[in-house]
Amino acid sequence: MTEHPLVEMIDIEKHFGGVRAVEHVSLDLWPGEVVGVLGHNGAGKSCLMRILSGAMIPNGGEIRVGGQPVQFTEPNDARAVGIETIYQTLALADHLDAPKNLFLGRELKTRFGNLDDARMLEEAREVLARLNPNFKNLRDPVSSLSGGQRQVIAIARAIYFDTKILIMDEPTAALGPSETAMVADLIRQLRAEGIGIFLVSHDMHDVFDLCDRVVVMNKGRIVGAHAIEEVSKDDVLSLIVKGELPADWSARNLEAAQ
Amino acid sequence: MAAEIQASEDERIRSETLATKLMKKPELGAIGGVILVTLFFMLTADSTMFTLSGIMNFMTPAAQLGILGIAAAMLMIGGEFDLSIGSMVAFAGMIFGALTVNLGLPLILAIPLTMAFAAAVGAVNGTIVLRTGLPSFIVTLAGLFILRGASLVGLKLFTGGSTQLRGVRDAVEGDWLARFFSGDALQGLFAWLASAGVIDTFSNGTPKVPGVPVEILWFIGFALIATYVLLRTPAGNWIFATGGDSGAAKNSGVPVRRVKISLFMLTACAAALVAVITVIDAGSTDARRGFMKEFEAIITAVIGGCLLTGGYGSAIGAFFGAIIFGMVTIGLTYTDFDQDWFQIFLGGMLLLAVVFNNVIRKRVTGER
Ligand SMILES: Nc1ncnc2c1ncn2[C@@H]1O[C@H](COP(=O)(O)OP(=O)(O)OP(=O)(O)O)[C@@H](O)[C@H]1O
Ligand SMILES: [Mg+2]
Repeated sequence: MTEHPLVEMIDIEKHFGGVRAVEHVSLDLWPGEVVGVLGHNGAGKSCLMRILSGAMIPNGGEIRVGGQPVQFTEPNDARAVGIETIYQTLALADHLDAPKNLFLGRELKTRFGNLDDARMLEEAREVLARLNPNFKNLRDPVSSLSGGQRQVIAIARAIYFDTKILIMDEPTAALGPSETAMVADLIRQLRAEGIGIFLVSHDMHDVFDLCDRVVVMNKGRIVGAHAIEEVSKDDVLSLIVKGELPADWSARNLEAAQ
Repeated sequence: MAAEIQASEDERIRSETLATKLMKKPELGAIGGVILVTLFFMLTADSTMFTLSGIMNFMTPAAQLGILGIAAAMLMIGGEFDLSIGSMVAFAGMIFGALTVNLGLPLILAIPLTMAFAAAVGAVNGTIVLRTGLPSFIVTLAGLFILRGASLVGLKLFTGGSTQLRGVRDAVEGDWLARFFSGDALQGLFAWLASAGVIDTFSNGTPKVPGVPVEILWFIGFALIATYVLLRTPAGNWIFATGGDSGAAKNSGVPVRRVKISLFMLTACAAALVAVITVIDAGSTDARRGFMKEFEAIITAVIGGCLLTGGYGSAIGAFFGAIIFGMVTIGLTYTDFDQDWFQIFLGGMLLLAVVFNNVIRKRVTGER
């Protein structure tokens, strides 16, 4: 039915002076697919994701959305084609409350052009309740909320709008077990709705639980991209640490295939 | 299941009292300050200070400063400073003087042109800050000297060697726009109030206070509009977000550059407005106009609850901050205190306000 992936990144490069943060990376994402992006600290995962979300401009390469080449100069450009991002370092405005953060940059307005606080509060209550039924601090500045509550707002903001591609950069790093489970449920639900998800994570359990495919980065390059069934946790670990699969992998995999 | 959720509901957040709600308002300190200063002068000053004419006396300088202070507050909420606004008053005054006196332009042209000059300088300030990533403190400190110097050079150029440009009053005499920028407004209302016996009159029946000085109306109007913009419009949200964390704001799709540059233009235009009002009022302009006003404007904003780190503050707070300032400046003349106490008093107020705001904010928001 769909001939094109939701998004394709082709030969993306990003340098900071001498540091090659992202080197010749090509990656795609299909509807209803969850792709895990793994790698050691500093491997370039966040850079790659920030490039896709328009927050960072690459030095080279091409991005195609639905087969069409696009150029992002700011996050709003990416958002306009349905790419939403939950940043590793949360992008919240500390002194504003949850509804204002949820709608930041896309405020709901009344006929007179002023903020429609009542409607934003109502909508925020609804979408936040979906993620955390106990969320009550709707009128407090988000600086006074816990890390998990702040994370919930960031997630809510990414799913509220007409999202086609969701980028989650370590979304559960600040969350407790029940919130983490909630996010896992949410990811499954979004996948069922046909949304494509990039999930950056260090948590092997989450990755194997949720992802259809894993991509491993090492020193700015992709060193492995595999369907989740063809690799074990040890294989992925070896890719992350050594940058290559264990020596016996292809033999094992052939066996398994027969 | 429902029962479980009920049981785990967070009970801690229900008990928000009126007091904590009030304490969350950034302008609380400034309002408290107005009450304190009023009490102080009620006890120490001559009772004429709080008659209608006494109030107009301290509200006039409060208004002139407050127009700058509210703009400075908005810029500070947006995370930047402008130390050049005092010099901008002199610079805009010089431009305005030259346009009206030397070129003989009517106010309908002279005022917008003055504003345009100021806005352009503000845009340059903002662009330099954003392009270089240098603290606006430093960039506009350079502006402070450049604009002051340019005013001096310009004045000598336009007057043929003097540092004072006279003749503005004659030049704007009879201009229909002049009444919006000088003199007293609402004279009809005051005459009616006088005839109704509500306000004091001279023996011939004319009111002792003929009207409200126009700058006070500008001041109040600006405070209301600024408050509306900050609290009720998307632009206000963007200002708070930009000042709080510009990276986060940018990632959220806030046009951070546009917000900051607009705010720099706003402060410059506020300075130009004060220049127009005070120059018409004085009938002349000179290079010392607006001297030190940048610091007074920042003090006003800080007393009004703005944080130096940005992202927090209020226009109403700056409004009251300016009133405190006006009261202290003028109020001392109604007391037996020596005028020289003025600066000590102000420094003390600033320190008190900063400490107070800091303590309250930490306690209420539980911030780091
Ligand atoms: N804004 C920047 N300026 C300079 N160097 C940067 C910048 N952002 C990232 N880098 C460098 O790029 C490299 C990749 O960083 P990146 O944040 O993408 O790593 P990561 O894979 O997300 O790591 P982590 O698992 O710790 O989040 C690092 O060496 C980092 O120092
Ligand atoms: Mg990262």
